[in-house]
Amino acid sequence: MHSLETRKLCKTFGALTVADHIDFRLEPGARHALIGPNGAGKTTFVNMLMGALAPSSGEILLGGEDVTRIAQSSRVRRGLARTFQVTSLFRNLPVLDNVALGIAERLGVATRMWRAASAHREIIEEARELLAGLELSAEAATRVADLAYGKQRLVEIAIALGLRPKVLLLDEPAAGVPSHESRKILASLEKLPADIAILIIEHDMDLVFRFAQRITVLVQGVVLVEGTPEEIARDKRVHDVYLGEAHA
Amino acid sequence: MNTQFSGYSANPRIRWTEWLPWLAAIAFFFLMPGYLSLGARILIFILFALSLDLILGYAGIVTLGHSAFFGLGAYTAGALGAHTALSDPFVQLAGAGALSALLGLATGALILRTRALTLLMLTLAITAILLEIANKWTSMTGGADGLSGVKVGEVLGLFRFDLYGKTAFLYCLAMLFIGWWVVRRIVYSPYGAMLTGIRENAARMHAIGAPVYWRLVLIYTLSAAMAGMAGALLTQVNQFVGLNVLGLEPSGDILVMLILGGVGRMYGAFIGPVVYLVAQDYLAKQYPEYWYLGIGALLIVVVLFARGGILGILDALLRNKKAV
Repeated sequence: MHSLETRKLCKTFGALTVADHIDFRLEPGARHALIGPNGAGKTTFVNMLMGALAPSSGEILLGGEDVTRIAQSSRVRRGLARTFQVTSLFRNLPVLDNVALGIAERLGVATRMWRAASAHREIIEEARELLAGLELSAEAATRVADLAYGKQRLVEIAIALGLRPKVLLLDEPAAGVPSHESRKILASLEKLPADIAILIIEHDMDLVFRFAQRITVLVQGVVLVEGTPEEIARDKRVHDVYLGEAHA
Repeated sequence: MNTQFSGYSANPRIRWTEWLPWLAAIAFFFLMPGYLSLGARILIFILFALSLDLILGYAGIVTLGHSAFFGLGAYTAGALGAHTALSDPFVQLAGAGALSALLGLATGALILRTRALTLLMLTLAITAILLEIANKWTSMTGGADGLSGVKVGEVLGLFRFDLYGKTAFLYCLAMLFIGWWVVRRIVYSPYGAMLTGIRENAARMHAIGAPVYWRLVLIYTLSAAMAGMAGALLTQVNQFVGLNVLGLEPSGDILVMLILGGVGRMYGAFIGPVVYLVAQDYLAKQYPEYWYLGIGALLIVVVLFARGGILGILDALLRNKKAV
């Protein structure tokens, strides 16, 4: 059974088609990259997978179950998590709280109203462990807004990991980060648990070719080709529409 | 600013400064026996402001209709006291809280999927509708003349509401203390942290698996119950209800009080009503025509120069002193 699958997924905004019968499969434990030129519909695709955006037609299956019409929060509880292309954090809260909020949701204690949040040691200890794994321990008490951008990108990943996802969607995890810091992010990604299926959207081709075992190329809402990094690197059409433009 | 008012990094221990309002209230009781009815009124509006802070300050729900719950609570207590034999103050309080909670649940479920201006207009519409009902349903509410002859029994069957307002003041103080205790618990709990998350970034809360809408409906319902009980207290203390508990004006007043004091910091809800109602009491005697001018000027200064309200100014002063 596939971790995540789409069948003939379509999305149109008026006359504009941003997803055109996308058939996509993510295997358990996959390291899969989704690439394509700007405006190819990559983020729209992720938004539909998450449930932030309703598809015009088609199906989304998570672990074999049709989740096309269920709410985003229910999908998250079924093991789907994402990070955002444009950093989307709780800017005025400490790093620790950013991660703890997600862990509390996963453990089902986010609706408790009586005992103090800081007395929930199980949450705080797990958050600290997670931050330690991403070398963010020193920043646990720092307000996110006061953090360097590269570190904010790591907090994005930390929040998603706190949800212990089976499927993780990384929307340009290294966007806006200088190259020496994007290496740090890549190193963190390589350390992620092997059983998580990961779909990564990324423009940094070095990162894509080092990280991904499979690559799907999306152009104007259509899957152009899918294959191993070697196959994609050799593919003439990919060179024309995408790599040709990037490496010109 | 690293001071945390809620969340996983916050220390929930009660600081000594948090006892100051209670000490001040007790001192007020003994030192200013001639002003106890004003005092009780202030305590009631603090409870009302506290209920607003819970949804506005923590959950980020902007509303111009919080008087709907305050007013419904006030009229519920009034109707129970005037039309039925239920004169026990706690029974009236419970009835008011329950009905207001019900209204909060029903209207919250209807409007909390909307945001910003739409939400603002819907909240305003709801309290306007209630005002019109209260105005027209004279057999129940007394209409424009108000509802008088509200019977309120002894508190715990022991303490009669006396002419000097001693019982009223202490009764309101006790109720406010309970309300504060509950709000403080919620604010420091995982639920409070989660609400702060919704205020900060609702999209992210969705993405970490929080059903944001239902969470908002629940806190809106709780806040409504609390506002309703504050309204009931006002009725019990005055043994009268007038139309001025509903509509835009009391909603605006409580919003101004909270913003003056400081939004999202719990004790802003204490300071705002004190400043506002004392100023109203004093200025309205001196300059009955112009007293709103003073409040307006104060509000402009606070909104332009001190976004954290009066409490924010105090915080900044204290921090500077520590830094020196």
